[in-house]
Amino acid sequence: MHIQDMILTLQKHWSDEGCILMQAYDTEKGAGTMSPMTLLRSLGPEPWNVAYVEPSRRPADGRYGDNPNRLYQHHQFQVIMKPSPDNIQELYLDSLKKLGINPLEHDIRFVEDNWENPTLGAAGLGWEVWLDGMEITQFTYFQQIGGLEAKPVAVEITYGIERLASYIQDKENVFDLTWTEGVTVSDIFYQPEFEHSTYTFEASDTDLLFNLFNQYEQEAKRAMEKALVFPAYDYVLKCSHTFNLLDARGVISVTERTGYIGRVRNLAREIAKLYVEKREALGFPLLKEEGSHDNK
Amino acid sequence: MTTSNVLFEIGLEEMPARFLSDTEKQLTEKTKAWLEASRLAYSEIDTFITPRRFAVLIHNLESKQPDLNEEVRGPKLQIAKDQAGEWSKAAIGFCKGQGKTVDDIVVKTVDGHDYIFVEKYIEGKLATAILPAFKDVVLSLNFPKNMRWGNRSLRFIRPIKWILALNDAEVIPFEIEGVTSGNETRGHRFLGQTITVKDALAYEAALKEEYVIADANKRQSMIVEQIKALETEQDFVVPIDEDLLEEVTHLVEYPTVFFGEFSQDFLDVPEEALITSMKEHQRYFPVRQTDQTLLPYFIAVRNGNRDHIDTVKRGNEKVLNARLKDAVFFYEEDQKQSIEANNEKLTRMVFQEKLGTLHDKVERVEAISQSVAIALQLDQPVVKDVRRAAEISKFDLVTQMVNEFTNLQGVMGEKYARLKGESDAVSIALNEQYMPRHAHDDLPASTVGQILSVSDKMDTIVGCIAVGLMPTGSQDPYALRRQAMGVVQILERFGWSLSFENLLDLIISHYETTSIEVDDYQVVNQNVTDFFRARVSFLAKERGIERDVVEAVTHRGLGQLHQLFIKAELLEEKRKDESFKQTEEALVRSMNLANKATTTEVEAHLFENESETALYQTLLEVRAAYEARISEEAYQEALSELEALTPAINRFFDETMVMVENEKVKNNRLALLNQVKQLVDLIGDFTQIEWKQQF
Repeated sequence: MHIQDMILTLQKHWSDEGCILMQAYDTEKGAGTMSPMTLLRSLGPEPWNVAYVEPSRRPADGRYGDNPNRLYQHHQFQVIMKPSPDNIQELYLDSLKKLGINPLEHDIRFVEDNWENPTLGAAGLGWEVWLDGMEITQFTYFQQIGGLEAKPVAVEITYGIERLASYIQDKENVFDLTWTEGVTVSDIFYQPEFEHSTYTFEASDTDLLFNLFNQYEQEAKRAMEKALVFPAYDYVLKCSHTFNLLDARGVISVTERTGYIGRVRNLAREIAKLYVEKREALGFPLLKEEGSHDNK
Repeated sequence: MTTSNVLFEIGLEEMPARFLSDTEKQLTEKTKAWLEASRLAYSEIDTFITPRRFAVLIHNLESKQPDLNEEVRGPKLQIAKDQAGEWSKAAIGFCKGQGKTVDDIVVKTVDGHDYIFVEKYIEGKLATAILPAFKDVVLSLNFPKNMRWGNRSLRFIRPIKWILALNDAEVIPFEIEGVTSGNETRGHRFLGQTITVKDALAYEAALKEEYVIADANKRQSMIVEQIKALETEQDFVVPIDEDLLEEVTHLVEYPTVFFGEFSQDFLDVPEEALITSMKEHQRYFPVRQTDQTLLPYFIAVRNGNRDHIDTVKRGNEKVLNARLKDAVFFYEEDQKQSIEANNEKLTRMVFQEKLGTLHDKVERVEAISQSVAIALQLDQPVVKDVRRAAEISKFDLVTQMVNEFTNLQGVMGEKYARLKGESDAVSIALNEQYMPRHAHDDLPASTVGQILSVSDKMDTIVGCIAVGLMPTGSQDPYALRRQAMGVVQILERFGWSLSFENLLDLIISHYETTSIEVDDYQVVNQNVTDFFRARVSFLAKERGIERDVVEAVTHRGLGQLHQLFIKAELLEEKRKDESFKQTEEALVRSMNLANKATTTEVEAHLFENESETALYQTLLEVRAAYEARISEEAYQEALSELEALTPAINRFFDETMVMVENEKVKNNRLALLNQVKQLVDLIGDFTQIEWKQQF
């Protein structure tokens, strides 16, 4: 099964289960969790079911296209369901079957793995899902986001697309995976992998990046002062990516590191709080659509 | 009385393997406590636990609580009778309330007051009325990490999916967080079905049919047996790590063991990295030849049966090979970096906010270890090795291997140092600096390793305590207690001729030259000393040495730790030794009085009787031999020398009044006793010991 077909299969599956199919968010980010479609929408009492592919940038993992397992940018298939349905594990396992993974022919396990993202003041409990010893999915019940208690609890399922594909296509090297008939990952991504790695580790203008970080932070604060939640959050994402570039370049010392993460976290917390307040002011509109507004 | 068998099973989404053993223990204890409090008798309890369920089977539970005859206390007699001596309204009302009449009243005295009582018969409740309260047992279980799910507010280990609750064949009705009890359970996630359990006793066998081995001990035995069979068949050895065995037992419901292979090429990577990849990342058992050489195989446990096991095996091999490929990559990349380039990176890694970077720490350890080596009067080449080892002691902390496998700190340091042409002594010390890594680990074997280990640990302990990071209760993030134990063990085992006090002074005087902000180093000195005293007492206690003996031998400080422990062990033995009683009593009596002395200067011309002269003479004779034994650390023999003083001391006390009017004579006698005390003090302050010969 080509990657493209895997994505179509997963989209169909989760769409049938009532998820809104979203597109990737257009700001650089390290993980699908950071999309406002997850991070902000998981907050508050409104129900929210969504699925989307998220290209995720991890500058420090760039390997110039040389490493068979590591990428500057990989793809996640992200599912959020709030409140978490009782049969969520079964829904997930059904999706694997649709990808051609028959559980009777494999060893599928839910192994404890608790997720924490200090930058976003977020934490959850759950598992990594193992397929014959390989971690293919992160499965998390959000307990806290942006420093706020997650209630009701949203469940997040994050499939590592390339990981899963390397199993399904039985390939040793991520660049040999086929995206669609006759097109490999290498065809599409080798050059950007090489160039982004070169940029990240050798060519980036760190003075400029430090400046950008400060300016993005200022702009996020300014947007916050005007109670503009989504624009402020976009600038937090930009801060986060800029920080990742600087960190990968090795120009942030350990002490400074804590300081930068703290700055991003404080912004994320304020935004999370403001998001819930604004949704409340609007009367939590999605609650009403579900006809369960007395449930608030 | 009739009995029944009762089964409760709570089904959950997969629980964390590491919490299962404790959960099962709590389940047993809390169920027993509940049944006892509920006054329900039973013959025995079995518990079951898998990742997806925990269950308890109560055998022969009596169907009813025993009936009770209970005395119920009413009002005081004076209130229960009216002025005419008839039963009052209060008494009649009380009886009525209890379903009795005034004819049933009995008068009894409680705490000096008369009360009326009626005896009431309480019929025992039926077990069926009590059993639904098992819910409270479930909710009373404690887990280190709890979660919420969906719209629910309960915090529990994982979401609850089903409840099976049977009294023989009858369902015991209750509900937890929207889940209602029933007579169904679920089998293995993929191989099994949802089934109805017909009877509580049928539970375990019914689950087995559905590919669930509910009894954790049985699952564990299945794993061990299958591993043994593979060992015989393949002629290799699988050392069984108990923690790993427990974990894999708790990761599966139906264990099937298989072995896989990885590329021979990876055997070039340090074994520790391969083992960490296998054990910690993949939960595989490494495989060895009979001569202990690592083989390119691994043992894994599948949650399922043997069908399609080749697919599972190939998948696991692929994952491990990819992981090991990463390790090879790190190993090769690391070797491209020079030790100096790595050291330079330490300037950017914070050790502790107030204590600076790792580079700062390395500089302190260099200075401290030099002073220690010199204080121990080691030869110049050793001092040189210590300097080099300290200088490069942390370079491996910035390598990719250690970054990926943190438990390989030191191990990789040694490997890379050798590859870079460092001497054996220096390379070995890089690994040994972290020893002992846990309570029962080996100590560093080489002198350089010992010095580096002590210097590094003491630097951390003194530094952390100086900036206010003294461990409290369970909070010990820098593992200062474990490190202090390591220091004590090394100093003792290798008989360092450096007292603890001198060692500490040397470190603190180095700290005083740094720019670290510390209020008062005297306080630091005191705090670190107290901290070590507590560790010494702890270690002594483990060897059966009581606190009073430790106090007695450390009254002048901890001194040289090996001496401390030899003395303490000796006195712990002597305190119960009947033949030492006379000597001990004579010495303690002398020492108690000597505490009043102001000097040790004895003037022979002030002696008034022969017993004084005799004691003084004996003392002079004993002293030289005694001190010689002490300097040889032959404390047993030294004590024997002191025994010679016993008759002289006893005669002295028989014939001499110490506290006389004449100040000069009195002080002279006290000074004489003080000389005895000075000798004994070299072993310990005997007056602090609770002597036990009489017991």
